[in-house]
Amino acid sequence: MLIFERSQPGRSSKAQAPNAGLDDSLLPDKFRRQQPAELPSVSELQVVRHYTNLSRNNFCIDTQFYPLGSCTMKYNPRGAHKAAFTPGFLQRHPLAPIEYSQGYLSCLYDLQEILKGVTGMEAVSLAPMAGAQGELAGIAMIKAYHDDRQDTARTEIIVPSAAHGTNPATATMCGYKVREIPVNREGDVDLDALKQVVGPQTAGLMMTNPSTCGVFERKISEIAEVVHTAGGLLYYDGANLNAILGKVRPGDMGFDVIHMNLHKTFATPHGGGGPGSGPVGVADRLKPYMPIPVVAKEDVVFCWLDQEDLPKTIGPMSAFMGNAGILLRAYAYALMLGREGMIRVGEFATLNANYLAIRLQQAGYTLAYPTRRASHEFILTLAPEEKAYGVTAMDVAKRLLDYGVHAPTTYFPLLIPECFLIEPTETESVEELDAFVDAMIKIRGEMESSPELLKSAPHTTPVRRLDDVKAARELDLRYAKPVQATQT
Amino acid sequence: MPFIPHTEADIEQMLQVLDIHHIDTLFDEIPSALHAKELGNIDPGRSEMDVLRLMQERAELDAGAMCFLGAGAYEHHIPSAVWDIAARGEFMTAYTPYQAEASQGTLQLIYEYQSMMTALMSMDVSNASLYDGGSALAEAILMAVRANRKSKSRRVLYAGTTNPRYVRAGRALVAGQGIELVEIPRQNGALKIRLDDLQQYAEQDYAAIILPFPNYFGQLESVHEIVDWAHGQKMLVIAAVNPIAVSALVPPGEWGRQGADIAIGDGQPLGLPLSSGGPYFGFMCCRQAYVRQMPGRIIGKTIDLEGRTGYTLTLQAREQHIRRSKATSNICTNQGLAVTAATIHMALLGAKGLAKVALASRRNAVRLAVLLSQIEGVACLNDGDSFHEFVLRFDTDLDTVMDALHEQAILPGIALAGDFPDLPNCLLVCATETKQESDLETYRSHLEQVLAEREGT
Repeated sequence: MLIFERSQPGRSSKAQAPNAGLDDSLLPDKFRRQQPAELPSVSELQVVRHYTNLSRNNFCIDTQFYPLGSCTMKYNPRGAHKAAFTPGFLQRHPLAPIEYSQGYLSCLYDLQEILKGVTGMEAVSLAPMAGAQGELAGIAMIKAYHDDRQDTARTEIIVPSAAHGTNPATATMCGYKVREIPVNREGDVDLDALKQVVGPQTAGLMMTNPSTCGVFERKISEIAEVVHTAGGLLYYDGANLNAILGKVRPGDMGFDVIHMNLHKTFATPHGGGGPGSGPVGVADRLKPYMPIPVVAKEDVVFCWLDQEDLPKTIGPMSAFMGNAGILLRAYAYALMLGREGMIRVGEFATLNANYLAIRLQQAGYTLAYPTRRASHEFILTLAPEEKAYGVTAMDVAKRLLDYGVHAPTTYFPLLIPECFLIEPTETESVEELDAFVDAMIKIRGEMESSPELLKSAPHTTPVRRLDDVKAARELDLRYAKPVQATQT
Repeated sequence: MPFIPHTEADIEQMLQVLDIHHIDTLFDEIPSALHAKELGNIDPGRSEMDVLRLMQERAELDAGAMCFLGAGAYEHHIPSAVWDIAARGEFMTAYTPYQAEASQGTLQLIYEYQSMMTALMSMDVSNASLYDGGSALAEAILMAVRANRKSKSRRVLYAGTTNPRYVRAGRALVAGQGIELVEIPRQNGALKIRLDDLQQYAEQDYAAIILPFPNYFGQLESVHEIVDWAHGQKMLVIAAVNPIAVSALVPPGEWGRQGADIAIGDGQPLGLPLSSGGPYFGFMCCRQAYVRQMPGRIIGKTIDLEGRTGYTLTLQAREQHIRRSKATSNICTNQGLAVTAATIHMALLGAKGLAKVALASRRNAVRLAVLLSQIEGVACLNDGDSFHEFVLRFDTDLDTVMDALHEQAILPGIALAGDFPDLPNCLLVCATETKQESDLETYRSHLEQVLAEREGT
């Protein structure tokens, strides 16, 4: 039932509106709203009950295992949330003068320093509001760098075929042509193919490492050399930074610019689809182009660096200064982890993924890259099961929901048929991983004995499988009040 | 080990299954030259208690002033229930609803959000949100250039009264696509666009015009006349609006004869704390005809196997994870949790409550403008057609006045001269429903005193 369907004329949550009367007589007629917006008229208890009950129709990290590959669904510490919800931080206006900003700015400054240290980059800007915006900032900086050197023939960005969809979409948004290069059977970029496409038209290469194939790109140093020799720059998509946090630094791999997904690696809540935060880190040569604002420290005073201080900046990414509250959560998390904690993130994320991969392999499932170590995630291909039993990766994903587990990422990367991309994260216990294996073993049994059970799954969720075709063909994107019979 | 549950025995057992002795062996495919050295500059970990204490102390450094700042971020009462519910783990720690059957809570909520936003804006369709008002403007510009089939132009006009921070962010975000943003300048010192200002752009093929409402100076532009003029010029109209304002003022879908084509803005006034500028969310609504050009997630209603109503992500063929380099935008994650809060906020206030907030804010702003402009050497530049912000001009050096007020824990407004050189010693002031008469009087008396002391020196 929709909140609109609970609405009754004349009802309202009276304590929530100012007491003042609705006097709009001072407004000129042409600016007055003629009909009130058709929002629900409901009591406060109705609202609280409706949304509390709605929330219970969600799977989430707080209630179950959520091994969604490439999304790093790890525990989001409540303490970090509480830190960002400190009243002084909540009430600070984004344009507050510098003397009412020192507490907030000191947190951002420290966070910039921590991110520099753990990634090996020369400078960090916290401006981008999500991973995709970090990518946009990164590629815009690459463009600004080439333009600044009058090196304007560079019109192409190279992207491995396994890349996240945001990579090619971002390159297009920055006005570049996208050249895709293949990945070989072991999950590494095809170096020969790369050598054939680089040249004076190459602006840069976008890469995730470990890649979306769930393996570390072993020839990263050679790749960096090929691209750099051709005059291009190297972009690091930090989607998988959790795998190597504290173990390998993107700056040491030769990347010129990176973005980090704080909502993944730094455990800020995913919120049902955001807000995220996508700070960018740069090597020396890209420093002048960083998105603004950036926090600096002059003697003991923290201040903003703006257009006047960074005249070649690619500009601001938002009206103010990014997803501030998310930055505070990431900072609190980083403080709790500390140096040792950060190194352990990479170690235990990798341990959990490799353990789960081997156990599933022992249970009869097929790893996409059986000769490789898994990074923080790995790929299963269910192509053999599809052939043998006629069940798809989608069917298995839906059946997992019945076992109380959120499904892994399905059908990505696109080059592996019927695939699951599984990322357990470091915050899951071995019992939780074993329970997932048990569910997968049971589902394997069901494939043989009763494949219909999978094809018609899920059975226990608030709704069964939904008709996506109908949703797209007969667009219904908002509530429409039922037409009432007019009285005569 | 914070947040890592493994015991020594667990580790031992897992390594046995993997047939290795050390975790480090799992990193043996990484060339040894790349293994990180010490993370020297990062401190050892701290307890939650220590971290909360530190954050508390830092937050207190920034607290305590009475705030009359607006300019795109507004102080409003947020019902206690809003964040109590939005911060439930089920909303906060879920992700993008790719598995619809396990995400009906978030999906139905966004469908309700889309319904509320279209009602508020009087538009046909809404997406599930963008990052903020500035990035929503950028996406609207790109969308208008794609959607306007009658125009081949990649030029977009914007009123010189648009929030300059939106314009700067918009410009930075569309820079890579060869789109030109052309300012319609204000007459010197004016706070509104006049129809005469538009004539020089007639018959020149622009894809769209950006029209703020209220504008950056709190004034209400002549939206009906400008929309009709723009449609006559085959431009699309992008309305940049404050969602609270249009609960009492004419919504973008009802501007002129046909209404605006795209409405965007920042959803912050709908239940999001000021929080240093984010997370807020950008909203975007448009006419039905342009829905396939809209960026971002969209939720649709459908049925399940048993014919029960359910909700799901739809029109995904527009998006980056399907169309890759040909997508309408690179946006992936948006501002789901902020939208969750805004939906609960709108449900609690209802149309009447929101309109009361709008009118109470306007009343306080008008009252404050009267009080302050009674002081000698202070003049209000707005005419009566304004919302909850206004511009004051000082006969004296504004910077020193502001410094003095900051020392007395009053944040009096935002100096305009940096962005608008024709408005020297001018201050943008905001008052919302959160202010009481005594707050307005506090501002007035402190300002009077500061100016009197300057007079005396």
